[in-house]
Amino acid sequence: MIKKIYFQSIFFSFLFSLEAFAAESGGMPQLNPEFWVSQIFWLILTFGILYIVLSKLILPKISNNLETRKSQILENIEAAEKQREDSEIKLKEYEEIVSKSKLEAKNIFNQAREKALKDINAKREVLDKQIDEEISKAEKEINTLRKSAPEKINTIAIETSSDLIQKLIGAEVNNSSISAIVDDLSKRNGDKYYGN
Amino acid sequence: MAANPMTQFNVYRIGPEIKVGAFDISFTNASLFMIISTLAILIIFNLGSKKNSLLPNKIQLLAELSYTFVSKMISDTAGLKAKPYFAFIFSLFMFVLFCNMFGMIPYTFTVTSHIIVTFVLAAFIFIGVTVIGFIKHGFGYLKLFVPSGVPAVLLPLIVVIEIISYLSRPVSLSVRLFANMMAGHTMMKVFGGFVISLGIVGGWLPLSFSVALTGLEILVAFLQAYVFAILTCIYLNDALNLHH
Repeated sequence: MIKKIYFQSIFFSFLFSLEAFAAESGGMPQLNPEFWVSQIFWLILTFGILYIVLSKLILPKISNNLETRKSQILENIEAAEKQREDSEIKLKEYEEIVSKSKLEAKNIFNQAREKALKDINAKREVLDKQIDEEISKAEKEINTLRKSAPEKINTIAIETSSDLIQKLIGAEVNNSSISAIVDDLSKRNGDKYYGN
Repeated sequence: MAANPMTQFNVYRIGPEIKVGAFDISFTNASLFMIISTLAILIIFNLGSKKNSLLPNKIQLLAELSYTFVSKMISDTAGLKAKPYFAFIFSLFMFVLFCNMFGMIPYTFTVTSHIIVTFVLAAFIFIGVTVIGFIKHGFGYLKLFVPSGVPAVLLPLIVVIEIISYLSRPVSLSVRLFANMMAGHTMMKVFGGFVISLGIVGGWLPLSFSVALTGLEILVAFLQAYVFAILTCIYLNDALNLHH
């Protein structure tokens, strides 16, 4: 109900105010030519000034600004691209250097190892030779000693036995006969004493 | 006072009467708002073009966006040949836009709601475009009235229609802008008057209408400036690139 009254009041007041406007209105001020010349004059003046200032001073500046910005951005992009390429080249160089130096280090290491091995081998050979020589010398000495040993023993045995006989029987015995006996004995028992 | 919605369009003298010969060129409220609009445009675009920083500030961005907006509008409708007329169309668009927008502020005067103002602009465009057309194409510009591919029987009729439509260009251009501005402002005034006359009980409905209308009128203010400029571009395109 209240709603109905509300809308009705709006509707009626709309009608009333339209009537009021119709009564008051004295036509369109736009069609009153009193100030037409003045409006034309001021329009031409202001618009002319606006056009001249914009076209001569402001718009060239804006277009210049836009173009310089565009070219600056393009330049920056180019520079960035160049720097990126440079850095890629540098990175490649760096990687090459690293891999080269790695190879060199490996080579140096291998060479050093080979050298060390060679040295060791050479020294070992020399030492082996020396040892062999000394061993063979010693063996020779032993052999000569072993060869000379029975004769010396025989002579010692002959002398001692002749001395013993002299002392025992007081008579001098012929050395040659004793030596014959000793030789005979040593030949018979030589194997037993020398183990050969 | 349930004011007459048309009183807002009254032009009145500010200061003394200035007469040049028989003509009255007194300074009026219309002149005042023309000057305000012009100054506002010049100040904004001067500030927007002063510094050239790589990262534009707000006002520079505004100026540059407007520049590219109008520039794109012209190149889209009239092509590259219209480049020399860029400054004119830019000033035209900005002038109409700022006059429309200043008219949206309460208690201001809308310069473009007067038929004489819009008609002078439209007539200037019409004459300018016609002169450009005749300079570019000589009497070949008259081919504009003879569309190709029309049967010979229909040709006299078509030519008459084309001539009428060509001659009505300044009228349609000026009346469109003037009528839009006037109608919008009158309607807002009427609804504003309802708010007062219906008082606190019934005033809320027209008030909400008024609020909605304000938004619509701001849109119309921009749209009409755009339409005015783009129609100028289209007429210019006809004069520069004869299609028919």
